[in-house]
Amino acid sequence: MSIIINKTTKVICQGFTGSQGTYHSQQAIDYGTQMVGGVTPGKGGTKHLGLPVFNTVKEAKDYTQVDATVIYVPAKFATQAIHEALDANIKIITCITEGIPVLDMVEIKKRIIKQKTYFIGPNCPGLVTPGECKIGIMPGFIHKPGKIGIVSRSGTLTYEAVWQTSQIGLGQTTCIGIGGDPVHGVNFIDCLDLFLKDEETKGILMIGEIGGTAEEDAAEFILNSSTNKPMSAFIAGVSAPKGKRMGHAGAIISGNKGTAESKIEALRKANIAVAPSPDKMGETMLAEMQKRYN
Amino acid sequence: MNIHEYQAKEILKKFGLPVLNGKSYVNNLDSIENDLIDLKGPPWVVKSQIHAGGRGTGYFKNAFNGKGGVQVIFEKNQVSNIASSMMGNVLVTKQTGEQGKLVNRIFIEEGCDIDREFYFSLLVDRTKSQLMIMISAAGGIDIEEVAISDPKKITYIYFTSNQDIKLDEKLQKKLNINKRQLDELNSITNKLLLAFNSIDASTIEINPLVLNKQGNFVLLDAKISLDDNALFRHPELVELKDLTEEDPLELQAAEHDMNYVKLQGSIGCMVNGAGLAMATMDIIKQYGEEPANFLDLGGTANKDRVIMGFKIIQSDPNVKSILINIFGGIIHCDMIANGIVEAVKELNFKLPLVVRFQGTNSNEGRDVINNSSLGLISIDDFADAAKKVVELSQV
Repeated sequence: MSIIINKTTKVICQGFTGSQGTYHSQQAIDYGTQMVGGVTPGKGGTKHLGLPVFNTVKEAKDYTQVDATVIYVPAKFATQAIHEALDANIKIITCITEGIPVLDMVEIKKRIIKQKTYFIGPNCPGLVTPGECKIGIMPGFIHKPGKIGIVSRSGTLTYEAVWQTSQIGLGQTTCIGIGGDPVHGVNFIDCLDLFLKDEETKGILMIGEIGGTAEEDAAEFILNSSTNKPMSAFIAGVSAPKGKRMGHAGAIISGNKGTAESKIEALRKANIAVAPSPDKMGETMLAEMQKRYN
Repeated sequence: MNIHEYQAKEILKKFGLPVLNGKSYVNNLDSIENDLIDLKGPPWVVKSQIHAGGRGTGYFKNAFNGKGGVQVIFEKNQVSNIASSMMGNVLVTKQTGEQGKLVNRIFIEEGCDIDREFYFSLLVDRTKSQLMIMISAAGGIDIEEVAISDPKKITYIYFTSNQDIKLDEKLQKKLNINKRQLDELNSITNKLLLAFNSIDASTIEINPLVLNKQGNFVLLDAKISLDDNALFRHPELVELKDLTEEDPLELQAAEHDMNYVKLQGSIGCMVNGAGLAMATMDIIKQYGEEPANFLDLGGTANKDRVIMGFKIIQSDPNVKSILINIFGGIIHCDMIANGIVEAVKELNFKLPLVVRFQGTNSNEGRDVINNSSLGLISIDDFADAAKKVVELSQV
């Protein structure tokens, strides 16, 4: 088992014939993802990477049994691409594109709640169920089928966590990078909820960073869930000065809210083991697993 | 992107919002005597235009009259004196840090008889993924303190972007205003919402929003932040960017799609991804040193960017050693490695350099570093790499 995607998930790519779309679709195919086609307006009827190209998402949906779409369309056109996917009622939409206007996302958020869509991103690495399905830009080989569900706001720091849990022998059920934009699709709580319900996920690793209150909210959700699944976390930005924007729209501290300290305290209160440094994410998770299952 | 008060007010005026008449000056005050003929007073208010709050309670480094960055003047012949004393002066406020900010823009407004001061802001709330209005009768002072000490004084209203807002009698009571004033406030709110949506703002803050002695609302101050992601839709707003407000190195980095923030420590960092970059700073601190900077090469870093990154880090004299931490995904470690080797040769870079590669093509990247005979150190383990770079900074 896994969450959201698995080996039966059929995937199309929007922005299929562009350089990003081409590169990552090929990587996904090589990984074993069931890519069934792609969308590039004006190129419908042709073939790309041995797969059919469609003019619209609706056309792609009519001709293939698509479950999921991944969007590599440039920021200027990404909002429209997302609405197109929502119009076609695709249930799993992953948007890798960075730089989507926040007010566009407010509109999109309304729709994804109403249509009960799994929307991952934007500005995220995507998600992967190791050995089954990879949607996004993460390097496939660092993953290993296993027991840990990973959810993260960051990109390369997620790879770090994945790599550490692979190296230490735990492996992952599903890894999701939810993205660092202020308004995004699935959040920590959505993913935690799915991981808690997934029997094969024996432990959960959450990677957060300074700014906002998503980690505090997630901690409270866990506290109220009465789960006994082992959980660990890491919060990046302990050393970041206040009031400075650190790349992600999310990573900014204002006042006393959103500091690493407040997040770590909330997580500990919810019995979530917090890794003391970024090289100890795997070890911390393993220690929690051993406490519970040995 | 932040814009100045006078720019914000010019925009809000176009949306029919009640702002006072004023004149703005950039670098010089040449037309001021002429302009003063049209500006009604007394009093007149001379306002320093910098991207920082607390101007009124701040102080000038050259303290010409011991007063702050916003001054109310009653003698017409004093206005241009005060304005020219502010122009070119350095203003220090609680938000600028001790170094203060150079004032090269001045805004002169007609005065206003203030009866009461309110706080009003409109922003995107990330927790609810909705727009939010914050409104309070405790305006004109530090709203963050009110939020902590007396949160009930602030009313939060959530909504999605295209709705018509209707503030109700309950709020009227709480703000202690009459029915006509509530109607006026509703009109102001909806105009601000229209402005917000039209310019793709991320925050509009009016502090204070005042009731004047005639009982009408006036926007006495205005701060607007624009959504950087939406600037492609607003080329005319990009023009409003005041480059003198930006750190030159941060600007240079941004031009190359990198994110750089200068910090106070001695360890230069070059990392791909914001989260990993922060984590790298954190681990350096754990080993007893402070990072000299945050530098995110971005998701599509290439050789040129690495070279530019070196140039930026090199311009910081505090840097004693450098840690490059790359987790290859889309970007391949060997390509970054070639960039590093090229940069070190081209810039004749002498500082100790520790490189840590993981992910895509990390073995190939490591080989490039190890075979370069430039004395570069390649370490695979995250913690060991951090330990080593700290050690090298103290040699």
